Amino acid sequence: MHMAITLTINGETKSFDAPPDMPLLWVLRDILGMTGTKFGCGIAQCGACTVHVDGKAVRSCVLSVSAVANRAITTIEHIGSTPAGAKVQKAWLEAEVVQCGYCQSGQIMSAAALLAATPNPDDSDIDAAMAGNICRCGTYVRIREAIKHAANGQS
Amino acid sequence: MSGKMRILTGIVVIAIVAVVSGVWIIRGPGPLDFAGGPKVALADYRAGKPTGVPAKLEKASLVERGEYLAKAADCMVCHTKPGEKDYSGGLGFKLPFGTLYSTNITPDKDTGIGNYSDQDFLNAVQRGKRHDGARLYPAMPYTSYTYMTDDDVLAVKAYLFSLPPVRAKVPENTLSFPFNQRWAMIFWSAVFNPDTRYRPDTSKSPEWNRGAYLAEALAHCGECHTPRNLGFALDNRKKFAGAITAGWRAFNISSDKATGLGNWSDADLISYLSLGHAPGHGSASGPMGEAVDHSFSQFAPEDIGSIVAYLRSVPPVASPDLPATTAPVAPASHKEGVTADARGKMLFAGACASCHGWSGESPVSPMATLTGTWAVNDPAATNVAQIVLSGTRRHTPDGALSMPAFGNAYTDDEIAAVANYVTARFGTKGSKLTAKDVAELREQTAE
Amino acid sequence: MNAHHNVSRRSLLTGSLATGFLLAFHLPLRAAPNEPVQPPDVTDGKFAPNAFIRIDAAGATTLVMPQVEMGQGIYTAVSMILAEELDADWSQVKLLHAPANEKLYGNPIFIIQATGGSTSVRAFWKPLREAGASARAMLVQAAAAQWQVDAASCTTSKGQVTHKASGRTLSYGALAAAASGQTPPKNVPLKDPKDFVYIGQPLKRLDTPDKVNGKAVYGIDAIVPGMKFATLAQCPVFGGKVGKVDDRAAKKIPGVRQVVVLDDLVAVVGDHMWAAKKGLDALEIEWNEGPNAKINSKAVWDDLRAASAKDGVVAKSTGDIGKGLAAGEKIEASFELPFLAHATMEPLNATVHCKPDSCEIWTGTQIMARVQSEAAKAAGLPVEKVTVNQHLLGGGFGRKLEPDMVVAAVRIAKQVEGPVKVVWTREEDIQHDIYRPVYRDTIAASLSGGKIVGWKYKIAGAAVIARWLPPAFQKGIDIDAIDSATDVPYEIPNVHVEYVRAEPPAIPTGFWRGVGPNNNVFAVECFIDELARKAGKDPIEFRRGMLANQPRFLSVLNLAAEKAGWGQPLPARVGRGVCLQPSFGSFIATVVEAEVDEQGEVKLRRAISVVDTGIAVNPDTIVAQVEGGLIFGLTAALYGEITIDKGRVQQSNFHDYRMLRINQTPKIEVHVVKSGEAPGGIGETGTTAGPPALRNAIYAATGVALRRLPIDRKLLAAGKKA
Repeated sequence: MHMAITLTINGETKSFDAPPDMPLLWVLRDILGMTGTKFGCGIAQCGACTVHVDGKAVRSCVLSVSAVANRAITTIEHIGSTPAGAKVQKAWLEAEVVQCGYCQSGQIMSAAALLAATPNPDDSDIDAAMAGNICRCGTYVRIREAIKHAANGQS
Repeated sequence: MSGKMRILTGIVVIAIVAVVSGVWIIRGPGPLDFAGGPKVALADYRAGKPTGVPAKLEKASLVERGEYLAKAADCMVCHTKPGEKDYSGGLGFKLPFGTLYSTNITPDKDTGIGNYSDQDFLNAVQRGKRHDGARLYPAMPYTSYTYMTDDDVLAVKAYLFSLPPVRAKVPENTLSFPFNQRWAMIFWSAVFNPDTRYRPDTSKSPEWNRGAYLAEALAHCGECHTPRNLGFALDNRKKFAGAITAGWRAFNISSDKATGLGNWSDADLISYLSLGHAPGHGSASGPMGEAVDHSFSQFAPEDIGSIVAYLRSVPPVASPDLPATTAPVAPASHKEGVTADARGKMLFAGACASCHGWSGESPVSPMATLTGTWAVNDPAATNVAQIVLSGTRRHTPDGALSMPAFGNAYTDDEIAAVANYVTARFGTKGSKLTAKDVAELREQTAE
Repeated sequence: MNAHHNVSRRSLLTGSLATGFLLAFHLPLRAAPNEPVQPPDVTDGKFAPNAFIRIDAAGATTLVMPQVEMGQGIYTAVSMILAEELDADWSQVKLLHAPANEKLYGNPIFIIQATGGSTSVRAFWKPLREAGASARAMLVQAAAAQWQVDAASCTTSKGQVTHKASGRTLSYGALAAAASGQTPPKNVPLKDPKDFVYIGQPLKRLDTPDKVNGKAVYGIDAIVPGMKFATLAQCPVFGGKVGKVDDRAAKKIPGVRQVVVLDDLVAVVGDHMWAAKKGLDALEIEWNEGPNAKINSKAVWDDLRAASAKDGVVAKSTGDIGKGLAAGEKIEASFELPFLAHATMEPLNATVHCKPDSCEIWTGTQIMARVQSEAAKAAGLPVEKVTVNQHLLGGGFGRKLEPDMVVAAVRIAKQVEGPVKVVWTREEDIQHDIYRPVYRDTIAASLSGGKIVGWKYKIAGAAVIARWLPPAFQKGIDIDAIDSATDVPYEIPNVHVEYVRAEPPAIPTGFWRGVGPNNNVFAVECFIDELARKAGKDPIEFRRGMLANQPRFLSVLNLAAEKAGWGQPLPARVGRGVCLQPSFGSFIATVVEAEVDEQGEVKLRRAISVVDTGIAVNPDTIVAQVEGGLIFGLTAALYGEITIDKGRVQQSNFHDYRMLRINQTPKIEVHVVKSGEAPGGIGETGTTAGPPALRNAIYAATGVALRRLPIDRKLLAAGKKA
């Protein structure tokens, strides 16, 4: 059954009806029209759907909406307003990471969470934080470079 | 009597004594002998009604009652091949000496059990004797079902006969000699099948007796959770102490505090049985996951309660290979905690961390939390490897949560590496699985 | 490094012929001359001298993109080429997806409006330059007329015309109205490459800023007011049909609105994808699987192996192959490549609104006009009643050279009131792909005096061209299937190439990033390494010996060897492998360094590519494409295989159709050689290069000569021998 749900997304309160088991991904995309968060696999294997829940990177395709009712959700549309997110976006463009770009919302969300928790990540930190995000275009080399650049650069 | 004859007679007597005592030793105690109280025939038991269906179904039709009991006995899982029609059989059980296929138990007259009389059905379920007189292999747990009352067995039959017949010929078993000699099962049954109906223990509560009936006669918990003896029968000296069945480890469900259920709260047990998940204890997967989905989750709450009461009474038996306590939450950083096994870590980072987290506490769902589960605390990593190989799917009131099967695209070496990493990081002692071990686990897994 | 002045005209032509230019140059395609510089249908009051350029009074310069953006950076490259000759102000440039219009935006190589085959820059290089130069000339004419000076005395830069002598300037915006009245010049001169201000610079991509903040709109992101959401199931067995559908349970799911049952697919329409997906899961569908339910991988391979034993159609024959093969020690080997899925990160989708007299589509496709015409057929409408709104593509890789996702959506939408977004689950996307075909190549070669004297090469595999571009399928030869096989870079006196068309049963096959060259370069370069070993030579030395007349190949090979530290000692079970390829009009040498551990697991350590792709329009994009292409190819080499059982694809999602991840990615260096030659193609080159280079590295590390992909790690455990 549908139930009334209220979420805090990007600092705003959003209320809507949805089945409690509906993954946050589809709430964002199909109910709220926030299409920056992408559908890639539906089984948490690709990371395209990554959002932040209380600042941590989480796969929204397997995260039921009922599990996040009282948590702060941040999406790609708003990540630029966080210091780490802004640094990552800037570095992404400077390193010209993006190709098709479809996975990059998720990549950026994962990278922003990494930098927020680990301001100076080494290669192993990048591996640990980013290995869950698949990029078919193969931008991995530049993702690594951009994360390091974002860590060193000033935003 | 000549000297020769005397010697021969002596030998025969010694042999008979040896066989009888051997049988007695091998057979060991019955599944309910641990309770120790006086047992009476059902008809003489007045304190309650351990058999049949829960109160809310007392007035239901025979077929409805049969449905409840068929689910309680979990007939469907073994008698349905994935993707095929319910109860149409054909599920393969891979054994070291060949593959055994379950029977089509729909009422199809040619390929199912449509021609079974009531007595035929009772013979099969309680005695392991087929319609045509052939003997069933004990993969069919008739040594448990034998405790069911005739009424209950026939209710199950009524339910099965209410289903649409499915024409589905089951493949021939591929057992090798001597295991393909069905007649030999006569002797096995003579020794190991008590062929007796449930006898309540008057020293125990009605709830306990109901639980005992459900757990022993229907749910056949012991078939997986009790180790087997040399004769491949249940060794009730170590009742519910855990065993490897079909390539999965059925954990210790005796009341041992450290390695059994002794420290689980009633709420934990109820949650685990009815939802397949208990906070801090993990989620049911593999055969237990199926048992929850198709059987326990359908139980009436009071029946779950009865099973819990019964489980609590099973004497503690320790599992010496399991740690005294499960490991605490792992560090949030990948750098802290166990960092050995680079390959395992690399795979975990890519395919596992998204749901299970570096700490073992899932960012997605408590169902995916690894911390506190026996699976990751088992230094043999049997179930970790199995879940990675074949995936798992948990149904909840809020929908389903599943883990995909990685077995087809990841090598044995990779699966061993990730299991070793996971048990080391989230358990008390890392496993040392090799590619060969994983290959063997793949072999053992039922179809 | 500049190989420019060394390069003969002949070698350029050889490179071009390798790459699909055959299509345009030699084949009697239908006679619809591509006219990319003709004016657009609609000008919106702007200066619109041709199909690609519109300039408004404020100077905003809108460039219309004839090729689709799927990550390869073509929007930026097209804009740079146009802006270069136009002397546009780069900061004023805005982009517009082209509409479906084959006449205006058809790819000059394919004739149809398609983006693929690494052709975009090659095909549009001249037409776009001419379009830019022509528009510029009209703006100059307008300024000169206004100032009453000689047009030749005016210069242009950054969106302005300047008359130096009088110090006057006018912006393009100010000239837009007047320029509209000018006649486009004939034979407009193009810039000397030394005067390029944009081309050759690593300009920032125009499509990426919106891709880092969630604003970019892909086909799957289209939002049409009132739309519903659907997902579909096709028969798991290829070619199977829908039998019975029990939708009672599905219809009880909250949010499910409709169940659409067509003869070959079932779709559930709901308020959101979740309802649609749950509804689909709840359907009980009985499929009529049909005869294909018997197909399995073993049968496919048996068929292909049998076909490859037959004689093929001769694609090339020089010298005397009989004599050539008899002249030295003969060696033979066969190489096999599996079915592959594309797995674009954006799953297949299309949003469609069908009305009785019109149909509107929102999607991202590589074939705009074909999508329009196929949609029209499916909708039962004339083509002009179908509007296709193009979007960014979340990856294409050849998958979106097929219209099936749109056709399915139109057929569903016909049954639905109002617009509906049809999104395929990843499982459906992988199990109903149009797969890269299986190939088997057999090469027999003879060695004499350390050189190859005879080379007999037979390709067996599907003819994708025959289905996709039938007029280009001539005399039984699929020009894609033989691409890079008929033009190996090496000097070999006796060469014979045959092609056997072998279509796998019922499994649909199509183009996959790297297309024909993937197969041929793999077989050729792997076999060359085996021959080198037989000849007792270093693989690079062996190749060099056959490249005396191939300066561009020689120069990239030498530089790759240098950058890779070729010949320097490596630890045990680590090897370097090389690949040299003539594909897509580019000259590329790649070295991969890999380690094989005792269990046979492969670790990628380094990859180096040296690229001579002629004039590098945007060198940074070229580097990015090769980096990404290498990863795409290496992923396939390590993991890529679609297998069939009971007529069904056995893989379904990323857990069993694996992708390389960041923590497995090697260091990659790409060096772009400066060149003044016409641009080559680049988007697929890395994909072609990765697998043979990796395989040869494994060969060097272990001595095991793998002849099949994906790499079978079981064959590589320590102690295994070739």
